[in-house]
Amino acid sequence: MQALTNRAKSVDRKPMTFLESIYLWNIFKGMLITFRHIFKKQPTIHYPEQKRPFSPVFRGLHVLNRDEEGRERCTACGLCAVACPAEAITMEAAERVPGEENLYREEKYAARYEINMLRCIFCGLCEEACPKDAIYLSETFAPANFTRTGFIYGKTDLLIPNPKTEAADLAKAKGEL
Amino acid sequence: MFSLEGITKAIDTWLNAHFNSTVVLLAECVLVGVAAIALFAVLGLGLVWMERKVAAVMQIRLGPNRLGPKGIFQTSADTLKLIMKEGLTPDGADKFLFNLAPFIVMIVAMLVLAPISFAKNFQIWDINIGVLYVSAVSSLSVIGILMAGWSSNNKYSLLGAMRSGAQIVSYELSAGLAIISIVVLTGSLSINDIIQSQQNGWWIFKGHIPAIISFIIFIIAVTAETNRAPFDLAEAESELTAGFHTEYSGMKFALFFLAEYINIFIVCSIGATLFFGGWMPLHIGNWEAFNHIMDFIPSSIWFFGKTIFLIFLIMWFRWTFPRLRVDQLLNLEWKYLLPISLFNLLLMTVVAIMGWHF
Repeated sequence: MQALTNRAKSVDRKPMTFLESIYLWNIFKGMLITFRHIFKKQPTIHYPEQKRPFSPVFRGLHVLNRDEEGRERCTACGLCAVACPAEAITMEAAERVPGEENLYREEKYAARYEINMLRCIFCGLCEEACPKDAIYLSETFAPANFTRTGFIYGKTDLLIPNPKTEAADLAKAKGEL
Repeated sequence: MFSLEGITKAIDTWLNAHFNSTVVLLAECVLVGVAAIALFAVLGLGLVWMERKVAAVMQIRLGPNRLGPKGIFQTSADTLKLIMKEGLTPDGADKFLFNLAPFIVMIVAMLVLAPISFAKNFQIWDINIGVLYVSAVSSLSVIGILMAGWSSNNKYSLLGAMRSGAQIVSYELSAGLAIISIVVLTGSLSINDIIQSQQNGWWIFKGHIPAIISFIIFIIAVTAETNRAPFDLAEAESELTAGFHTEYSGMKFALFFLAEYINIFIVCSIGATLFFGGWMPLHIGNWEAFNHIMDFIPSSIWFFGKTIFLIFLIMWFRWTFPRLRVDQLLNLEWKYLLPISLFNLLLMTVVAIMGWHF
């Protein structure tokens, strides 16, 4: 029969010699292995203090983006909610009134925007569907919570800090500080 | 120089100067009791922490590292948790025996502490049959284990207890024979005499190959007697959930757990006493200068150092080897260790009679 890999080795089935059958040498070898482990460097990452860098395509919690002037990009078109296979996104649209031009980029905006993080499967389809570059998946993942309602993230949880007024917070959120 | 003997002497003279002899005796009994219990607590917490750390480094992990420096308060926190927990007694259990068993195991461990010599002239009770006393009393712990297994009214507990009984009773033999081979060399059962006889070198060096063989047999046998891996069939997690202490919870479980570690300490200190000279510093023949330098290290440090080294050895076994099967376990004892140790005893007797040892 042809071997599946070139690393296949036939098992040695010859009976043990007397020295092998009293196991002393192998016991010693085993103890040497564990002793050598003492001096090895532990590969552990001390989690809350040290964090492993995520890959650039990591899909974590969502953020709602703002433009350079700090205006919300989302226009409540609903394409993300349509694209969402888990039906985790809900939103309510509202019309921008005069005087709110510095808050919302276009005439329509999301008055309520909620993502249920328990339903979300972090597939990133909302990110792909969004025509306005308003929703992105960040590199953080869902923290623990005591209640189910705590996992329904509203606009206050999702919106990034305003680059104009809260520049320091934004830099911190991006991990630049 | 620091010595435990100095402390006890100072307390004794102070008490004698202020009170009459009856009060002094009572006060000293209380002090010894308190000291023993304190040693138990410290040993229990320290050894469990050490076990977890040794396990961790051998598996290239970190082990407990959150609570206090290097996680040394982890075991205290665990104990606190166990104290807070409810000590459940199952409905079908034999209530009296069930609640008695952990205390029997614990009291046996406490009793064995009596003749152990912790430092020069620092011993609770210097009896002339010290070694015999230790091996006799330590085998009583099997009663506590059988009691726990039987009274739990649980088939896993019973199986674990039965295995433990078979194991302890059989390994008692080769442990005893290993001890006797050193007793043959010293000609005395008193722990103090055994230590004094190692004034010019430890028995493991002086006793040639028979001493080394009996040391290896002793280590194997005591590992089995304390129900530790690779001989932990009595509490084999994968097959018997936890063996004889399956049904125990809270502080009653903690007592079993503590007794296991105290037993390890005791057997290792006996091993250190018999083969490594107890508190006797490393002396080589008549190298006066070298011996004198070694005497500067306090005897208590020698004793605890050797004991902790042996404990480390036993932990090292535990985290290296897989568990034996019951038949393999009993085969090892009755077909290999017992004949070897009997022959070894014969050899040791010849060595002792001919005076071949140093």
